[in-house]
Amino acid sequence: MKPYRSLGAATTVAAVAAMTLAAVTASADPVMDDELVINEELELMTDTPAPEHLGGVLGETIYSGWRFRDTETRAMQKDDFDNPMFLFVDAGLAAWDTPEGAANQSCADCHNSIEDSMKGVRAAMPRVNADGELWSLENYVNDCRETRMEAEPWGWNSQEMKNMTAAIGLQSRGMPVEVQIDGEAAPFWEKGKEMYYTRFGQLEMSCANCHEDNFGNYIRSDHLSQGQVNGFPLYRLKDQGAVSMHQRFVGCVRDTRGETFAPGSQEFRELELYVASRGMGLPVETPAVRH
Amino acid sequence: MFRASVIGMIAVLWAAGASADVAPGDIVWGEYGSIEQPLTDTPGDPEEGRAVMATNALGNCVACHSVEAMEDVPFHGTIAPELQGAGDRWTEAELRGIVVDAKQLFPDSFMPGMYKVGPFIRPGVEFTGNAPDAPEDIQPILTAQQVEDVVAYLVTLKE
Ligand code: HEC
Ligand code: HEC
Ligand code: HEC
Repeated sequence: MKPYRSLGAATTVAAVAAMTLAAVTASADPVMDDELVINEELELMTDTPAPEHLGGVLGETIYSGWRFRDTETRAMQKDDFDNPMFLFVDAGLAAWDTPEGAANQSCADCHNSIEDSMKGVRAAMPRVNADGELWSLENYVNDCRETRMEAEPWGWNSQEMKNMTAAIGLQSRGMPVEVQIDGEAAPFWEKGKEMYYTRFGQLEMSCANCHEDNFGNYIRSDHLSQGQVNGFPLYRLKDQGAVSMHQRFVGCVRDTRGETFAPGSQEFRELELYVASRGMGLPVETPAVRH
Repeated sequence: MFRASVIGMIAVLWAAGASADVAPGDIVWGEYGSIEQPLTDTPGDPEEGRAVMATNALGNCVACHSVEAMEDVPFHGTIAPELQGAGDRWTEAELRGIVVDAKQLFPDSFMPGMYKVGPFIRPGVEFTGNAPDAPEDIQPILTAQQVEDVVAYLVTLKE
């Protein structure tokens, strides 16, 4: 039998039972005695006042998923040398400089340094494009590959795409999530919101049932977070690899014994916008570590 | 001839016996979400029921509930009420109703219906994430007998 994670190996069954009862009364219990300081210099706030559009459904404060993970997982994200995602970031940075496609151009040929040109891009995604479509970061990357480099698009969940979105996302690390939800984005946001509260699958569960009503609680051994997306793509210890946002959505819908939507689908991009808006004000943590 | 028809009749009776389980659509509900009539002719086995409650792909009741009498099973959830004492709080018929479809008693409950085939929004085939090819591909999470087994265990959970 594995020990209860947050209490350590010496935990007795009685103590677990006592903690279980305590947790039922205190509905939200993120970790309160740790701070996310990366490489001992970059401090990332892991809580912030809830955005007004939520109308208090998450209480006064929103929390990063980091605050719900165990000590070892939290530690891995504090040092870029310990964060396995940086292998993928490095691969993404190399791809940034590599010419490809019939036009034989690299991202850098047009965008120059990724540090300057991609700063803040992740924090504002997904975003309505010039044609009025809601696009995720992956769409923008593939659009440049197809129409500007005349190269093959990358698969939504391909390693190449995750490498690139991790390298681009890193350029926004520390910047607050700030997505547009009004104006031309409003209809997409409304649909994403409706989806968030729809009870899918044979288990009839909505995102909100787990990540709004029950964050802080344990569902079996999983400590439920608010399901924030400010850390994607991230390293998932359970999968021993990089996980994209839509990949995570697929997993959560599948776990309701539901029929999932495809990564990159219209539905998931709308959901992405709405979920991102629930984390407005949290700093981008890309690339995060979770388990 | 005579013999063949007797065998035929026995076969019919046999088949009827095997399908005596009450189907999800044929359940007779009491006023407050209870079900008087057992779903099968075979009395529930509490030990089997306990196993169903601890198994991820079956009831997985401990994902949400803690159960004092199941301390040997690791990781109890903190989402739903402790089930110790459920046998005092509810009658057998009420417990059967809660397990079959808790939403009949607790509207909008987070608790999934364990013996229910719809209507659902975008049901998938078990945990594949895929849509069913035919409606029969969506089977109740528990069999009728497993529901009876679970109910038989729940009535033993006294304070
Ligand atoms: C031929 C020039 C060219 C190449 C090569 C190119 N891009 Fe672009 N990219 C553009 C232009 C032009 C835009 C649109 C800029 C605008 O509308 O402000 C753009 C926009 C983007 C955006 C959206 C930025 C934003 O703020 O909305 C991203 C992300 C992006 N490119 C990533 C890439 C990546 C990654 C590569 C390499 C795989 C790449 N681009 C290659 C020219 C290029
Ligand atoms: C049955 C409960 C359940 C439902 C329903 C559910 N999730 Fe999750 N989700 C989890 C669990 C468990 C985890 C992993 C632990 C955590 O971060 O909460 C998770 C993690 C996540 C994460 C990663 C958070 C992070 O910090 O890395 C996101 C994002 C997420 N879910 C979004 C969603 C969305 C969107 C929906 C609705 C389509 C949804 N979830 C539905 C249980 C659920
Ligand atoms: C996804 C979470 C979840 C799962 C899984 C679940 N339940 Fe529940 N259950 C609940 C909640 C929440 C309630 C409280 C009623 C309400 O308000 O919805 C409840 C209520 C009950 C009650 C009445 C509470 C009492 O003791 O007075 C019983 C009995 C019960 N569940 C039994 C079970 C059994 C048996 C299983 C497994 C076959 C199970 N539950 C699986 C969430 C769950």
